[in-house]
Amino acid sequence: MTTTSTSSPTLETVTLPVSGMHCAACQARVQRVLETTPGVEQAGVNLLLNSATVTFDPARTSPERLVETVRGTGYGSELPAPVQDLAGEEAERERLAGEESRNLWRKALVSLALGGLTMVLSMPMLVLPAAIRTVAIPVATSFVVGWAGRHFYTRAWQSFRHHGADMNTLIAVGTGAAFLYSLVATFAPGLFIARGVAPAVYYEAVILIIGLILLGNAIEARARRQTGTALRALTRLSPVEARVVRDGVERELPLDLVIRGDIVVIRPGERVPVDGVVLDGSSATDESMLTGESMPVAKAAGSLVIGGTVNGTGALRARATAVGAESVLARIVRLVREAQASRAPLQRLADRISGVFVPVVLSLAIVTFVVWYLLSSSAPLVHGFAAGIAVLIIACPCAMGLAIPTAMMVATGRGAELGILIKGGEALERVGKVDTVVLDKTGTVTEGKPALTDVLSLPGFAETSWLAAVASLESASEHPLAAAIVAGAGGRGLAITPAQDFHALPGRGAHGTVAGATVAVGNKAMMRQQGVDCGPLREAVARLAADGKTAMYAAVDGRLAGAIAVADPIRTSSPPAIQSLKALGLEVFLVSGDNRPTALAVARQVGIDQVVAEVLPAGKVDEVRRLQAEGRVVAMVGDGINDAPALAAADIGIAMGTGADVAAEAGDLVLMRADLGAAADGIRLARRTMTTMRQNLFWAFIYNVIGIPIAAGVLYPLAGILLSPVIASGAMALSSVSVVGNSLRLRRFR
Amino acid sequence: MALRTDEWAVLAGGIAAILGVYRYFFLAGKATASAVAGPSGVQEVTVLVKGGYQPRELRVRSGGPVRIIFDRQETDPCSEEVVFPDFAVRRFLPPNRRTAVELTATRPGQFGFTCGMGMLHGTLIVE
Repeated sequence: MTTTSTSSPTLETVTLPVSGMHCAACQARVQRVLETTPGVEQAGVNLLLNSATVTFDPARTSPERLVETVRGTGYGSELPAPVQDLAGEEAERERLAGEESRNLWRKALVSLALGGLTMVLSMPMLVLPAAIRTVAIPVATSFVVGWAGRHFYTRAWQSFRHHGADMNTLIAVGTGAAFLYSLVATFAPGLFIARGVAPAVYYEAVILIIGLILLGNAIEARARRQTGTALRALTRLSPVEARVVRDGVERELPLDLVIRGDIVVIRPGERVPVDGVVLDGSSATDESMLTGESMPVAKAAGSLVIGGTVNGTGALRARATAVGAESVLARIVRLVREAQASRAPLQRLADRISGVFVPVVLSLAIVTFVVWYLLSSSAPLVHGFAAGIAVLIIACPCAMGLAIPTAMMVATGRGAELGILIKGGEALERVGKVDTVVLDKTGTVTEGKPALTDVLSLPGFAETSWLAAVASLESASEHPLAAAIVAGAGGRGLAITPAQDFHALPGRGAHGTVAGATVAVGNKAMMRQQGVDCGPLREAVARLAADGKTAMYAAVDGRLAGAIAVADPIRTSSPPAIQSLKALGLEVFLVSGDNRPTALAVARQVGIDQVVAEVLPAGKVDEVRRLQAEGRVVAMVGDGINDAPALAAADIGIAMGTGADVAAEAGDLVLMRADLGAAADGIRLARRTMTTMRQNLFWAFIYNVIGIPIAAGVLYPLAGILLSPVIASGAMALSSVSVVGNSLRLRRFR
Repeated sequence: MALRTDEWAVLAGGIAAILGVYRYFFLAGKATASAVAGPSGVQEVTVLVKGGYQPRELRVRSGGPVRIIFDRQETDPCSEEVVFPDFAVRRFLPPNRRTAVELTATRPGQFGFTCGMGMLHGTLIVE
């Protein structure tokens, strides 16, 4: 399907596949129905291409509706949603990879078994009929070369034709040369004897090398597939069908036919099919697969649900707000895929080396052979040949190629599982270098909305009664703090009764009559005006204010009843998270637009020493710049919308979302849950990944740097050590398996 | 020490072989293809994926959408993905099928593309 905008800005054109049309009459019918559909400007149905090209007004209809229209005529049509596309793609890759893997295992095991047998039969002390050595063993080797190792030669040839060389080139040249040499030694031994050289054969080496490399490939293929497990799991979260209520009838529809505005029914235990807003019902959903939040999240009318999460024990009805590519799940999948496509700067080093690696190794093998031939006192041809082949076989560009991408794949996938979206390789590297973290206070360290935090009652006053009266009074107020008090009373199960004679005194408080009693709430000035003595609670209120809270006295019928405090509560997860940030060796700053005492109070409670208060939104950018000017690498943590400029100014922007708003795509790291702990986890994950990448590169590199000279025989004059090509092939197989294995360790990051 | 005839031959052969390797893999065989604009104005170029990218250099003009069709005629898993890191594109190429990668070349420059593991290389030249 392709969608293009036509010259008129309001019209769009879509091409839909239409299946089941057999004749011109079918074609005419589909065309007529499409043309009479409201919103369709023009429709052309092509019988040969089995498609319909429709120009439509997107304000009045949609590709989704058009698909349904076509289906309504009795013919088939599809509109693949991106996530389903991906799920299908992943399923196909899985199938291909499984096939490949089974193939490799079978070939590896058969080759190794034959290799073992050949090795035994080649033992010089065995007295065997000559035919075993001159017929059976060469035939077995030909079989392994032509069947199990066939793809090495065909792929090497394909590359060679394009002036390319890769892993297969080295294996093909190495084993091919050994095989041909052995054939000549078997069938024309005279050529060797005439020159005074014993006609050595390498059949069992050829078979074992191919077997070991195949074994390595098989293990590596399996491991490599595991690097993408997390992304695959995400693509599978979306259910295939949704229960949609249309025209009062509930029916199951394939997910790609659900459109925005549809009412969906979500039964207990089912997966939420689309993003939506709950209309009625109450339940709790498990969002851990998307946000990493382990506790179920309560849902009631007005809550947002995310497609792909799992409904708990209650039934919900929701209106779809985002489907297909727009959905949170699709956006996460896209972000993760884009991140995996991006390149870590470290990769450039690996690229430079792997670009010249194979030709350089070919040259080294030639040098090895020549040097042995010229310097060896005994059997120069045999020694030179074996060493040259060992060089070809031990060299492994694959380990270098795999070093960075496998670590990236696993890290971004693991991050997504933990609710941490990493925007790409470069972001990952920079996160790894962060030494200073700037936290926005409101909404990041704190919940972001005021709540009733403290209620103190004086003896003789029941909290239930005076707090209900205060809340009833405040329910008439429009002050932002009033809403917090009303909500707090509601949360305590207190009933609100209408207030009379409501008077608000700006800067002081409010008073009025509730159920016949005069009620007043406000500061000292308010109480003085009402003739109320604040004495008994003065100290307690001062303490609350020192904690950065807004404290108020409450009086009923002219007598002090208690005090309440409203504050933007600190997220319970914040203090331990800030501890972990500090434990990572990071310096933590708090920036806030609030007044200094409030900011300081919050900082003290969460354990931050450096506070910048009373900054305007633009001031946060300046603060970030100031810290950068000191030579720090700064990560700014804030919400992706209000703090977007500061996130962009920082070396690393960490956007803290709340599941539904991945739309906040500002930031290099997006946290899917409002928990600073995820920021600390993200930084730890990035550091760990960088370590893994460096380890991988180091081992892949050092392996070749040490392995190739040993294979070439530099230790021979010193210690008499000469590597057999078979051992070289084992080492080669091991090197790339170990690199992938090391990357896979990141899956266990927590 | 004086070299025997066969030793001279091996030495000369070795040097010739190394020069051959260098010439063949580093100097020769840089094929280039230019994208052709189709009726819809989208520049299109086809790349054969078989043991490498053929051609290895693609030329397109900047400022418009580009469709690169990868015709993967093999099952070797090495080439199962193509990556354009500068465009944040990673695409799976099903074997023995043509897969289109669409990108928008906004600025001139040379942009590398590789297989998923960075072993096969090609260059997109935006002019």
